[in-house]
Amino acid sequence: MTSATAPSSPSASPPPSLEVAGLAFAYPDGHQALFGVDFAVARGERVALLGPNGAGKTTLVLHLNGILTGGAGTVTVAGLPVGRKHMAEIRRKVGIVFQDPDDQLFMPSVREDVAFGPASAGLKGPELEARVRTALERVGMEAFADRPPHHLSYGQRRRVAVATVLAMEPEILVLDEPSSNLDPASRRELADILRSLDVTVLMVTHDLPYALELCPRALILSEGVIAADGRTGELLADDELMRAHRLELPFGFDPRSVTMGA
Amino acid sequence: MHVPDGFINAPVSVAAGAVAASAIAVSLRGARRELDERTAPLAGLVAAFIFAVQMLNFPVAAGTSGHLLGGALAAILVGPFTGVLCVSVVLLMQGILFADGGLTALGVNITNMAVVTTVVAYAVFRGLVKLLPRKRRSITVSAFVAAVISVPAAAVAFTLIYAIGGTTDVPIGQVFTAMVGVHVLIGIGEAAITALTVGAVIAVRPDLVYGARGLTTPLKLRVGGELVDTPAAEPVTRPAAGPVPVAARSHRTVWLVGLVTSLVLAGFVSFYASANPDGLEKVASDKGIDAKVEDHSAADSPLADYGVEGITDGRMSGGLAGVIGVGVTIVAGTGVFWTVRRRRTPETEAATASSSSSSQLGESA
Amino acid sequence: MGAGHAHKLYRHGHSPVHALPPHTKLIAVFAFVLVVVSTPREAMWAFGLYALLLAGVAYAARVPAGFLLKRLLIEVPFVAFAVLMPFVARGERVDVLGLSLSVNGLWGAWNVLAKGTLGVAASVLLASTTELRELLLGLQRLRLPPLLVQIASFMIRYGDVITDEMRRMRIARESRGYEARGVRSWGVLAKSAGALFIRSYERGERVHLAMVSRGYTGSMPVIDEVTASRAQWSYAFALPFAALVVCLLGWTL
Repeated sequence: MTSATAPSSPSASPPPSLEVAGLAFAYPDGHQALFGVDFAVARGERVALLGPNGAGKTTLVLHLNGILTGGAGTVTVAGLPVGRKHMAEIRRKVGIVFQDPDDQLFMPSVREDVAFGPASAGLKGPELEARVRTALERVGMEAFADRPPHHLSYGQRRRVAVATVLAMEPEILVLDEPSSNLDPASRRELADILRSLDVTVLMVTHDLPYALELCPRALILSEGVIAADGRTGELLADDELMRAHRLELPFGFDPRSVTMGA
Repeated sequence: MHVPDGFINAPVSVAAGAVAASAIAVSLRGARRELDERTAPLAGLVAAFIFAVQMLNFPVAAGTSGHLLGGALAAILVGPFTGVLCVSVVLLMQGILFADGGLTALGVNITNMAVVTTVVAYAVFRGLVKLLPRKRRSITVSAFVAAVISVPAAAVAFTLIYAIGGTTDVPIGQVFTAMVGVHVLIGIGEAAITALTVGAVIAVRPDLVYGARGLTTPLKLRVGGELVDTPAAEPVTRPAAGPVPVAARSHRTVWLVGLVTSLVLAGFVSFYASANPDGLEKVASDKGIDAKVEDHSAADSPLADYGVEGITDGRMSGGLAGVIGVGVTIVAGTGVFWTVRRRRTPETEAATASSSSSSQLGESA
Repeated sequence: MGAGHAHKLYRHGHSPVHALPPHTKLIAVFAFVLVVVSTPREAMWAFGLYALLLAGVAYAARVPAGFLLKRLLIEVPFVAFAVLMPFVARGERVDVLGLSLSVNGLWGAWNVLAKGTLGVAASVLLASTTELRELLLGLQRLRLPPLLVQIASFMIRYGDVITDEMRRMRIARESRGYEARGVRSWGVLAKSAGALFIRSYERGERVHLAMVSRGYTGSMPVIDEVTASRAQWSYAFALPFAALVVCLLGWTL
């Protein structure tokens, strides 16, 4: 591990939004995906988790809210260890936006889908309605509340998927490949939405320019371990590192020429 | 085989509805045991799959084509309870949305196409898997046999129901011959596709085929590029869970599956043993179940008295078949149900943990 | 199973029939069909009256006749079966146009055709005036086990997604010059079915993950509920009640 340990690991006060230590995991079919993952994300940070296909990114994501457990190591969310005891609380705190919005939007209408999380947590009536409305407004989809999700465009579905998670008012928002299959306009709209949110974000992606645009810090996950951790711009500029982990920038894209607003 | 309204008279439709309802009730409990809280999404998606696959036409010969019924496939891939649920939901939705199969015939349709196919297929499948060596090929072979039997079994069940509550006096012998004959052919196609499909799934995701699950290997850590074993501190529940259910399925299950299979087979044998299937109808009319049948079964038809073996034989075997046929649903259903329940109680956790990647969600408890 | 029943089940509208709560409609249709099935087949006029009743409902629901008739085509496979009946049934026979037909079989064919068609028409009317979502709410309201409703709701939500995947796989096969012909194509089709199953099952797992991630623990939170007033019930029951009167007349006359 080339550890340029997290630039911001505050010694006191608020516990980091997310802390992962020594995480290893194998699927029941015998395939082992994680081989000891360590990192932490401080409150309010926006961090990109980069890695080639098959590096174990999605497996890692599924550990963050305790969907996969039973391997070795620990995950801690805002000071709470992920485990059976606090599972409901953990699931409320960690909002995962899955890669395929069709998986995420399983209810017959947008409104019901956004209401699902808070309603499961026991919210009812006008309070629930308000929560749903706010979440949809934050992604600019309030006009589509009564549509069935499968009648929306892909970009719209992705935004509704973000809303379903925002409705739960999470501590940390985890996005799995948020920019995949989006046209440039939807991509930019989603970036604007993400920038406007005031939550910790962990963005799992292999869309490097998008990571650079949105996340000041990046981690590289490769072969089931964290292979690098540092400022996104610096990591992307390190050609050797990039090549070693099968990460390629799009043709003509030079991370050094991009100025970032953190 | 979607039966429309008006084909089976009202009392029998209602009775079949009751049978279907109780089978679904049993399956709901069973499926919850098989899948936990994953029941709804998984069974829903498998139902969508069955629905889609029923639209997949496969060419048979000379321009004709058949489509999969899916009962056997569902039973083998996701287990009998979930299988019954999936096919039932498909039939329910086809009835309500597409008017495919009458609403009053829903009970008949579910009993035939969801319950009988699934239960028969699963009983035969489990029985064979027990008998044959533990190899992948055995699974495909068992799947083939299970499917090939399940389709005519549904035809037999239909004939039975028709014999009791059919609204038109077609000689039962003819209904039987026609239905079973046609469905043996369909069954062969169904069996081939089912076996090949199960084979294709086994090749890629063996853990998804119910009853043919893989083993797990211990975890490793990558430390400085080297693979090392995980410290022994956390041997967690997972690794132990894999093989347990298979092993635990031992005696009582074998015994019960054997019983169920023999019941099913007895049903068939008694049918075939009876050279005069009209005996069945005779029973129906003797017992006064359907007055109309009695009126016409006299001797008007040119085909009415082709059987010469004597009524007693026909009546006995037919009656036996009748009793078994009607009873099979309940017996097999409760049989499997009991087995699962008994097997589950001591090791619910372990078994759930092994069922798939997304396990160990017991925090709801 | 017909081929083209993927879309356009529901006709959007604001008729009084559309506005009825879904569970009252479900019960009404079910009762109607049950009454129809219990009518003696000899009372031919009764079936004519039933058809008129349904036509009245279709008119009130502003469902055009063409739409209704097209959807009735689902029945065709069994019309064929009904046509065979007069030939195979037994009982006294009559000669019609030189064919020897069973009287009983003719009655049987009529019986199945009349009742089957009325049943299909009633279901079609239900499906074309009730949204899928509402139907599910109706079933839920009618105390169908919640798990069953959930399964049905997932099936409906993902039915299109899965059939779409199947269609894409077919297009992919055909684009590479494959043509399903005869028994030899079974292997390929089965592989597609296997792949489709894996995709469906894995999607089921992912959907489950998404649900669990948002706090699902086995039961759906109740977000919407449908209720019906007494007036709506009586309005919905006008159809089966009228049918019942006809049916009783059919038995007594």
